[in-house]
Amino acid sequence: MMLLAFLSQTLRIAMPYLFASSGGVLSERSGLIALGLEGYMLTGAFCAALGSYYSGSPWVGVAAGLGGGAALALLYALSSIRFKADQVVVGIAINLLATGMTRFFLRFTFGSSSNSPRIPGFSEASAGAGFGALAHSPLVWIGVLLVPGVAWLLYRTPFGLRVRAVGEHPGAAWSVGIPVFRVQWLAVAASGAIAGLGGAYLALDQHQFTDQMTAGRGFIALAAIIFGRWDPARAALACLLFAAAETFQIRLQGAQVIPSQFVEMIPYLLTIIALAGVVGRAVPPAALGKTSE
Amino acid sequence: MSAPAAATPAPKPATDRRAARRAQLEEAILPPIVALLIAALVGDVLILVYGQSPGAVYRLLLQGTWGNAYGLGQVLYKTTTLTFTGLSVAIGLRAGLFNIGAESQLAAGGFVAGLVGTILPAGLPSLVVLPVFLLAAAVGGGLVGGAAGVLKSRWGAHEVITTIMLNFIVLALLNYLTAAHFKVFDTLHTADIRSGALPRLSALVPAFHGSAANMVFFLALAVSAIAWWHLFRTRSGFELRAVGLQPEAAEYGGVNVGGVWWRAMLLGGVFAGLGGLNFVIGYKHYYEDGFSAGAGYLGIAVALVGRNNPIGIVIAALLFGTLSQGGLAVNAIVPKQLVDVLQAVVIIAVATSVPEVRRLLRLGRRSPDA
Repeated sequence: MMLLAFLSQTLRIAMPYLFASSGGVLSERSGLIALGLEGYMLTGAFCAALGSYYSGSPWVGVAAGLGGGAALALLYALSSIRFKADQVVVGIAINLLATGMTRFFLRFTFGSSSNSPRIPGFSEASAGAGFGALAHSPLVWIGVLLVPGVAWLLYRTPFGLRVRAVGEHPGAAWSVGIPVFRVQWLAVAASGAIAGLGGAYLALDQHQFTDQMTAGRGFIALAAIIFGRWDPARAALACLLFAAAETFQIRLQGAQVIPSQFVEMIPYLLTIIALAGVVGRAVPPAALGKTSE
Repeated sequence: MSAPAAATPAPKPATDRRAARRAQLEEAILPPIVALLIAALVGDVLILVYGQSPGAVYRLLLQGTWGNAYGLGQVLYKTTTLTFTGLSVAIGLRAGLFNIGAESQLAAGGFVAGLVGTILPAGLPSLVVLPVFLLAAAVGGGLVGGAAGVLKSRWGAHEVITTIMLNFIVLALLNYLTAAHFKVFDTLHTADIRSGALPRLSALVPAFHGSAANMVFFLALAVSAIAWWHLFRTRSGFELRAVGLQPEAAEYGGVNVGGVWWRAMLLGGVFAGLGGLNFVIGYKHYYEDGFSAGAGYLGIAVALVGRNNPIGIVIAALLFGTLSQGGLAVNAIVPKQLVDVLQAVVIIAVATSVPEVRRLLRLGRRSPDA
């Protein structure tokens, strides 16, 4: 029973990471750094809150979250693919933009600088806690199925092959007739939409939008992508690992075995170690970050 | 935009150089202007959506920043920190490296300086204490920046990712150290430094009374000058720029590329770390958890708009300092977050228009009727 509670809490914490890293893998494998995941999620969470609040239906919220994340990703695509802007600069700015926009419109629509009113979500009080409550949320099912879904897309479909080709060697892909930019646009838009779903999960799960509610989750997802060496399944395992560490810390809070700040560091430390190649070097897609002319 | 010198078949060297300088200047100045126009447009839309008049908001923004001495003092205070973080990012970019870590380097510099300040006995003369503070802040920031530099040059770990990860690691560590060991009861800041606190600018110009601007502003100008001299007048600065332009060629020319990389990151950390002095010994006289408040990330914007040139950086820091302070000035009629949006739009628009402006200018110069 303890174990089951631990696992369900881990999955619950891992959900937003799973969404964001599944989306981010697509973007990164097509050669576009996914620095904006945090911003896509935050925008997705806010749009989901808006949609759910005004329609009364969480499904509208899900659609709005998906659309919000995708819209921000399209701005990133416009700058970095169409206009060859520096991906790192725009990626960082996308996050600043999302923070500013959600705060501005939080005050505009709900007249608050901290949170939205309560919004309809999927979970019901009768379902209780644990796996019962999780199984009630269709977003959990979508998120869990996304992992094999993205893996299948990437390794088993012509589109996935194109994404990988474009991310490794855009010049070669171009010469065999792959529409490099269109593939990248699609991959980036999909990454925004999927990360936006992660934001929608957060808002609907907590029944409200709160300022900065993503709290660095997009960067943890980015860490998971790198730690998982740009592979959807391994990135998902990394998400679960990071989430398990957090759950562990929450469960031990009373005991004060390890200060919470040190548990917070785990994903980032592991990522640096993976990048430095202490245990099998993490090698990114060859053309990551270089938008071709 | 005509550039006749470039179109004539055999231009004299002097005019050729002048034309090149002018082209350089056009390339540097046009993108920020385009970006500001786009930002103003976005701002107009948001203000109108909010049901206010853009003219009134912008007037309020100017009045609250450059319109009175207090506002100007606050602008100068924010400009000071942003100059340091802008230099930090720029020195990395000059070496071809992206330092996203100015945020934690700034915090670490402030933290070490704040700690040293609690240890030093009271009543020491400023002339003795000041170098100690400079060293402490430089060590704090330099350690964080240098770590990313060594990870890059020794193990090839990409500095964009390691500096982002280091931001989270270092900020969590500082939060732990402050909360668990060094805080004053019921706060999240350390004890007051006992000597070496620098006077506010209001000591020189009484009109600045009440604003946070302090003597560290002059340190920022001095460090900018030193950074300029280092980049453009010294051998190691030349090597740094050579590596940034073409690492393979620099390597072939006998430059130790790995060494330049870690030195550039170390120097970037030192610049950002010194920025911590603005808050710790110039303003509050203690270290407070979270004082960096995004100034490190804005440093990226400052470096970008300032075109990685120390003079440009001071100007860009003034621009972003004005916007930051301006948010507070307009908060009464529109949410201050309007300014955060505008800052992000400026960054995206500059980054987007730099390659495009360069392309259009080249196109214009090549056309026969120019």
